[in-house]
Amino acid sequence: MKTFATAISVSACLLALSVALAKPRESGKQSSGATHNFDPAVYAELQKAPGKARAKQNPLANDPEAAVAGGILFEQHCADCHGEKAGGAKRGPSLRVEQVQNAEPGAIFWLLTNGVVRKGMPVWSKLPEPQRWQLVSFIKSLSASAAKTETEQADPETALAAQSKPQ
Amino acid sequence: MPIRTLLFPAVFFILLSFFVTHLSRAQESPYIVTYDHYLEEPGNLEIEYFSTFGTQRGGNNFHAYWAEFEYGVKAWWTTEFYVDGQTTFGDSTLFTGFRWENRLRPLKREHFINPVIYIEYENTSGADKILKEVEGHDVESDYAAPNSVLRKEQDHELETKLLLSSTFKGWNFAENTIVTKNLSPSNPWEFGYAIGASRPLGLKASAKRCSFCPQNFIAGVEMYGGLGDKQSFGLHDTSHYVAPVLAWNLPSDWTLRLSAGFGLNDNSHRFLFRWGVSREITGFGEMVGRLFGGHK
Repeated sequence: MKTFATAISVSACLLALSVALAKPRESGKQSSGATHNFDPAVYAELQKAPGKARAKQNPLANDPEAAVAGGILFEQHCADCHGEKAGGAKRGPSLRVEQVQNAEPGAIFWLLTNGVVRKGMPVWSKLPEPQRWQLVSFIKSLSASAAKTETEQADPETALAAQSKPQ
Repeated sequence: MPIRTLLFPAVFFILLSFFVTHLSRAQESPYIVTYDHYLEEPGNLEIEYFSTFGTQRGGNNFHAYWAEFEYGVKAWWTTEFYVDGQTTFGDSTLFTGFRWENRLRPLKREHFINPVIYIEYENTSGADKILKEVEGHDVESDYAAPNSVLRKEQDHELETKLLLSSTFKGWNFAENTIVTKNLSPSNPWEFGYAIGASRPLGLKASAKRCSFCPQNFIAGVEMYGGLGDKQSFGLHDTSHYVAPVLAWNLPSDWTLRLSAGFGLNDNSHRFLFRWGVSREITGFGEMVGRLFGGHK
């Protein structure tokens, strides 16, 4: 009887917890414009990539679908920490900053593979290599999309003309 | 009454899954017994239900099940709580105990072989049939007695494992060495093993969202068994199994796992069919923190 009563009590608490958690709340996913104060030193982890790792070239660099697939992977595995648009959130820094965008693809790949385990970033070697390179393609594509947004904001007519150009 | 006791975790699991909408797609391995070196992402809670149907010579077939609550405390530390139960056909249904497991990753970076230290406390009855690990001289005939007899044995065990795992060209290779001590002084140290290999069916992700894309499926095989105890180390009077395994990581945040295990000698159950379903809740730690007024 004691076991049964304990089970009821624990279950009731857990159930109450789950209901409470279901209340609307602000999402952990932030837009690109969100600012989160991460110590810039967090990006120094990229500098720890060995030379051999940095020198690696993205084998999918010329694959036009790599960034698209990487975007889906990012949404599934990374957006909860780094924000929906990689602009940073509570648990992970922005990936749109120049420290990341100027980093070698090999260094980003190395960081994805090894994580920063002591500082909360898990290792992502469980994703096969091609998927990690697809993520690198997506992350590197953010600088191009940011530049495009800036151009559109600065000169909408030029941006419109660029868009209407035959591909 | 035991049935009702088991129902509560199941109801909680279902309600939580529907209430909590902040879910993340996991990339779960297909193993059910073997562990690789990947830990739960920090702050995430994974809720899992697993089921084992086993054949039993000299007794009744059984259906054993367990719920797991796996939480990423840190990127290097995962803690997990299990609740076990079983139904023996033509006999009864029992709550068979609980387990508390911790996995610790000692190294900061990825290496060719990645070690993880596993420490678990088990408080289970002799009627526990989930066969989550096979160790010592565990053999099929141990499970043949009626539940009313088996439940009288109460085990308090400390189980340690060294998990070694490598990832190479999309393949994962995992090897677990098990060392267990029943905390009652008369029982010797027992040993066991589990090994596994697995690979996603597709290494590149699709540029479209899809349920049936090859990269969503991970197939593999695992093998596990006992290695005797301190007094009689070796393969005699031990049981061993081989099991093809398959995981399907659905875009809808669910992961399904299937395993068909076959006994490799006369001491083993002939067939163990296992399946499991899991769902991951991201940011669970933050949610709980908010609930108690922290992390504003």
